[in-house]
Amino acid sequence: MTAARTNPASYLYEPPGPRGRRNIRIGSTVSVLALLGVLALGLWQFGSHGQLDADKWLPFTEWAIWEYLLVGLGGTLLAAAIVAVLGSLFGIVLALGRLSRVRVVRWLSAGYIEVARTVPVLLLIYLMLFGLPQLGINFPTLWKLVIPLAVANAAVFAEIVRAGILSLPKGQSEAALSLGLRPHQAMRLVVLPQALRNVTPSLVSQLVSLLKDTSLGYIVAYTELLYRGQVLSAFNHLLIQTFLVVTLIYLVVNGSLSALAFRLQKPGRKRMPIAQPVPTLAATLPHAEYPLTHREDHPAAAGHAASDPAASDPAASDSATAPTPKDRRA
Amino acid sequence: MDILIENLELLLQALGTTLMMAVVAGIGSLILGVLVTVARVSPIPVLRAAAFCYTQFFINVPLLALLILAVFALPDAGLLLPLTPTAIIVLTVYEAAYVAEAVRSGVNTVGVGQIEASRALGLSLGQSLRLVVIPQALRAVVQPLGNVMIALAMNTALAAAVGVVELTSRVNKVNLVHAQPIEIFTGAGLVYMAIALAIGLATGWVERKVAIVR
Repeated sequence: MTAARTNPASYLYEPPGPRGRRNIRIGSTVSVLALLGVLALGLWQFGSHGQLDADKWLPFTEWAIWEYLLVGLGGTLLAAAIVAVLGSLFGIVLALGRLSRVRVVRWLSAGYIEVARTVPVLLLIYLMLFGLPQLGINFPTLWKLVIPLAVANAAVFAEIVRAGILSLPKGQSEAALSLGLRPHQAMRLVVLPQALRNVTPSLVSQLVSLLKDTSLGYIVAYTELLYRGQVLSAFNHLLIQTFLVVTLIYLVVNGSLSALAFRLQKPGRKRMPIAQPVPTLAATLPHAEYPLTHREDHPAAAGHAASDPAASDPAASDSATAPTPKDRRA
Repeated sequence: MDILIENLELLLQALGTTLMMAVVAGIGSLILGVLVTVARVSPIPVLRAAAFCYTQFFINVPLLALLILAVFALPDAGLLLPLTPTAIIVLTVYEAAYVAEAVRSGVNTVGVGQIEASRALGLSLGQSLRLVVIPQALRAVVQPLGNVMIALAMNTALAAAVGVVELTSRVNKVNLVHAQPIEIFTGAGLVYMAIALAIGLATGWVERKVAIVR
């Protein structure tokens, strides 16, 4: 039964017996009737005001209208992409700042994150739209939308990235440091890549929220989906139909993103790079002499073999595997 | 500061609207969200599917689109309520989806043993949900619910876009008259931060009170 998989709380009840099944059937019937009733009521309400007439919906079978709205969707996606790039870059910087060893940097980053998370984006947009022009500072329309969104989303991204860094086992950075990497190298090469990979589902979910936020372009008159819907409805006077279609487009786009986030979240999706299996003794032995030619450019293996002649097998397997990545690179 | 004090009465009135919207929508969304969660974990497949669709719909559609739909479009279908109540209803049903997601993750944290024990004691499904599962689920997700409530308080600002005169809208109007953007918007930002801080502190207090020590 799929319910067990889709509904983690299904252990709330045992597999129903005869009476349970009857109750579930009754409950299903009642809830289907109730839902259909609500739906019918809504449709009747719409129908009685002529909102279901064919001539109100027929315009939406024309490609021109869809094209008009899809251009808006393009604007939405463009703004979302810019905000995602700016926000995530700035967010990573902020996350690192919040974990910095320098106290001032830590405080500044924390202060920024707290402020940006607790101020409505609309307030920032009004500031960009009406406030700053009074001071002679003006931006193109796209940036009036993108800057406030990036300011706000950077803080959210920062918190996600920070959670990812903190949730990584400490051994990772300790191992990197003990290998002789500098702290910034350990962060850049070891900690951050793994942390980012672990928080990918949260980042994609945040992308959904960000894409929703670009609907604020409606206020700054930036050509995005909701704004196009508004212009279209002012033109064709089909308010309900237009905004329902716009809502549907948002639902499809964000729904696919959400589904992606859900898929990424599923356990067992992690494909850790699998270490190359160590060749078996039998596989290495026939090539035991062959790698000798490579030993000149492999001083570690040569020294190892020379200092410990008894352990010729591991040395051979060492040098036998060594050429493989080299060959692949060549 | 002068401008803020000069317009204090108007601004306080607007702040009152913001707070009222946040409180009413907050309580409403908590109740509705828990109901949606109950439907989400019920043994009736239709209800589960309906609750799933509900949360997915509201999590994937922008609040602003819903507000515009409800305020400007639905009157064409004869569904006309005063402006502020409409905004509050939209906020409530929108945030209820987030509440439902949070509470559902709380339900998943309730130990299987708890549920088995309640079944063994002979509680019906409704009883075990009402008396055992939901209380523990809510206690486990105080912090996430606090975050949802903070987001709700921030989202009341969007009502300004459809014409509700709340804090953001009023601040913008005051600024258009006095042209002191830095001072005025900073003041408003501080007020919103104070609201978020208050919710955060309240959340922390509630969490300490109800946390389950295992």
